[in-house]
Amino acid sequence: MKPSTGMLIDVRDVRKQFRSRSGTYMEALVNTSLSVQAKQFVCIVGPSGCGKSTLLRMIAGLETASAGAIKIDGVSVTSPRRDIGLVFQSPVMLPWRTILKNVLVPAEVLKLDPVASKLRAQELLTLVGLDGFGDRYPDELSGGMRQRAAIARALMHDPKILLMDEPFGALDALTREAMNLELLRIWQASTKTVILVTHSIEEALLLSDKVAVFAPRPGFVREVIDVALERPRSAATRSDPTFIHLAERLRSHFEVAPVAGTA
Amino acid sequence: MNNRLSMMLDRYVPPIFGGIIILLVWEYVPALFRVSKLLLPSPSSVVGSLWLIYDRGLLVENFLITLLEALAGFACGSVSAIFVAFLVTRSLLVERMLMPYLVGFQALPKVALAPLIVVWVGIGIESKILIAAIISFFPVLINAIVGFSTVEAEKLDLMRSLVASRWQQFRIVIFPNSLPFIFAGLNVGIVLSITGALVGEFIGADRGLGNLLLQLNYNMDISGMFAVLLVLAVLGIILYALVRFLHVHFVFWAKPDIRSGSN
Repeated sequence: MKPSTGMLIDVRDVRKQFRSRSGTYMEALVNTSLSVQAKQFVCIVGPSGCGKSTLLRMIAGLETASAGAIKIDGVSVTSPRRDIGLVFQSPVMLPWRTILKNVLVPAEVLKLDPVASKLRAQELLTLVGLDGFGDRYPDELSGGMRQRAAIARALMHDPKILLMDEPFGALDALTREAMNLELLRIWQASTKTVILVTHSIEEALLLSDKVAVFAPRPGFVREVIDVALERPRSAATRSDPTFIHLAERLRSHFEVAPVAGTA
Repeated sequence: MNNRLSMMLDRYVPPIFGGIIILLVWEYVPALFRVSKLLLPSPSSVVGSLWLIYDRGLLVENFLITLLEALAGFACGSVSAIFVAFLVTRSLLVERMLMPYLVGFQALPKVALAPLIVVWVGIGIESKILIAAIISFFPVLINAIVGFSTVEAEKLDLMRSLVASRWQQFRIVIFPNSLPFIFAGLNVGIVLSITGALVGEFIGADRGLGNLLLQLNYNMDISGMFAVLLVLAVLGIILYALVRFLHVHFVFWAKPDIRSGSN
């Protein structure tokens, strides 16, 4: 395969192994390739332990690949870069800072202009629906609100790429649905490249242009599906026949043969 | 309003009542068993002695000197403990060079150093400050080391993903995150610093509450000694309350019971 042009993120034949305490190696990820175009929304779906979070961390430069190459804009990723915004599974708020000051953390680290940053942080809080909550402390907000603040923080330094690791995994189904639609709105308003890791097939289809299905132990990409659904999408997109068809196709990858009774 | 009054009564009446009973028993019961008033002075004579000490101009000055010694020693000891903890946790080399000796030194009863320090530094307040500093140094050091090493990996990942410098990581995440631990050390250190100042005054001093206590002891003024003990207790409570105030002020976010008591 030739490296195609116009790829913003190019993951090629990546392998990752971890060394366990007993000294044996465990393969987390093998032969993994994935390419993402600029402004694309890509979801990675798979069961627990399939290395999808590890891949995301490698793209973020927080882990290094044992073999293969990860390139962003044609440059190999060897350490974290500042044009990436990260959203973790948990909000990772600093509890001693107000929500506004939490959102401002990237601006502080990158030494951006304080006055302009504060205005931008206020705008971002409005964008994620937290207008008026800037002076509150994280423990005064619900889990969903904290996660929205985390998204605002990830957007603070206007990164090109947004990497999200099961950002809504800890939320209840209703909040999660609302957050999905909100994320779509934010993405459309900001036109960033997003890679989002999720367990949820519905979430992946609703959000993305492309879904990469991972299989576990060791993790690898089983299939990449293009999601040809109209945008803007809404809750009604779920009843689109294409959506239902794709959901069934994705689900077929995860059907597990019943385990012989071990009771 | 009425409810508040009854809560106040409920809170303060039992301890006040208990205190009155103890004082009454102390005042009248020893006489029944013919315990010498010289060896166990009654509360009323202790109050009398306290007034006498105050009247002779011995109370305020000695109180302020011991307060100054304890507070200055505590400040020097805890600031240097935090600094050493910073060095030890930032550099593996420093840790490997220093830790064995810090642990070894910690096992030594620090008051044993007091005579040596008085010989080296003299009988002025400097030697008491130094003893108070050494004795309050270790609890703060150990807690600060634990605090600086106990940070959620995700909080550090957030900083790393923004390519934060090591100093930024420390200032924005590691130090504030360690404050609950550091204050646990400070709470112990402040009480120990009074012990340090007092031991220094016992060994050689011409001023301070420890010196006053020894002089009264030579004169067999037991009632006066009780009065000084009372003053020392007040000193201890003031200093502990000071640290407690700072604790609640800076670590409000780690104490949900303090902040959300009204919700």
